[in-house]
Amino acid sequence: MADLLRRVAERADTTAFRELYQTYGPRVKAYMMRLGADAGTAEDLAHETLLTVWRNAALYRAEKGSAASWIFAIARNLRIDRLRREVPWQQLPHELFEEASGEALPDAALAEKEQHARVHTALSGLPPEQHEVVVLSYLEGLSHGEIAQRLGLPLGTVKSRIRIAYQKIRTALEDLR
Amino acid sequence: MTITHHLDDATLMSFAAGALPAALSAVAAAHVAMCPHCRSEVVALEGVGAALLTALPAARMERAEPTTPYAAGPTPSQQRGEASAAPMQSPTLLARLLPLGLDAVRWRWLGLGVWHHQLPVKGNGALGLLKVAPGRIVPEHGHGGSELTLVLRGSFHDTTGRYRTGDVADLDETVEHEPVADPGPDCVCLFASETPARFRGLIARLVQPWHGL
Repeated sequence: MADLLRRVAERADTTAFRELYQTYGPRVKAYMMRLGADAGTAEDLAHETLLTVWRNAALYRAEKGSAASWIFAIARNLRIDRLRREVPWQQLPHELFEEASGEALPDAALAEKEQHARVHTALSGLPPEQHEVVVLSYLEGLSHGEIAQRLGLPLGTVKSRIRIAYQKIRTALEDLR
Repeated sequence: MTITHHLDDATLMSFAAGALPAALSAVAAAHVAMCPHCRSEVVALEGVGAALLTALPAARMERAEPTTPYAAGPTPSQQRGEASAAPMQSPTLLARLLPLGLDAVRWRWLGLGVWHHQLPVKGNGALGLLKVAPGRIVPEHGHGGSELTLVLRGSFHDTTGRYRTGDVADLDETVEHEPVADPGPDCVCLFASETPARFRGLIARLVQPWHGL
């Protein structure tokens, strides 16, 4: 996927772009619908997400995360901007990517595949109550307080479940970072 | 700038998920912009979002994808030129919140040695700046909910340590602490709390010790 982005950035390669569109368009639409958008709005937002990918492909840096992470961040920010309308100044992902942190992965393409596989494994290995709080954060956009309310749990319990879930994912990624 | 106090893991995940309330998200973003450590955590956590996104069952697209993608938009190479020309200042978000800089802030006096400047935020939370003279107590924003305090200038200390420029206090709501501004320049913090109610509590707390209540 990082390779497709590079082809878009370097040669404005429309074939590479179509592949990205077909892979991520329907999933970004599903993501937007999951977060409360109707089908038409969700498709508009998916289209806009991919438009941003097309325009900003040159700003993508493979060593700062996978192509899918970058596209997720674009979709997330667009969702916050359009569906929540609460954070007008949420940074676009490329602003974060632009600043050098001095850390680089040895082999970005390999790492991307490996990272995805490990995150998937770590996520599916989580006990249901930890998996649930992660999904409610990412796919329902619920804050800690809202999750606590939804599940009838103390705020501290929600936070500690999220922390434990994150620690397990972090451990799974440890030697890749 | 050496940052020693970071965002809590739970805050980082909520931030990366796009689920942090607006006011807290603004402070988290300002810290992340200054902190390479938290930035790399956010990148990893966006990987979790990517995994969840790619695992979603594909929705049916009603319209065909564009055959000549966005001919009207700038091409990627043009965009690259624009991006490299743009000054990338850290933290960019603060520059947007305070286009005239910290020195141009119009402070409102809150109590002895403490000033406040409210910033606009959508949602129910409170976002603002606090300026605290050396030796004065940095007002807490209450208990029972989430709050974040990011040091922009000067420093303060409490039982959990010393907070300098770039450090963020992301403490569990059960922690009792009484931060005091250190000697030197006035301590300026960007703070957020999840609800405005706690912000009223903040003023009450401030006035309390002064009146000997």
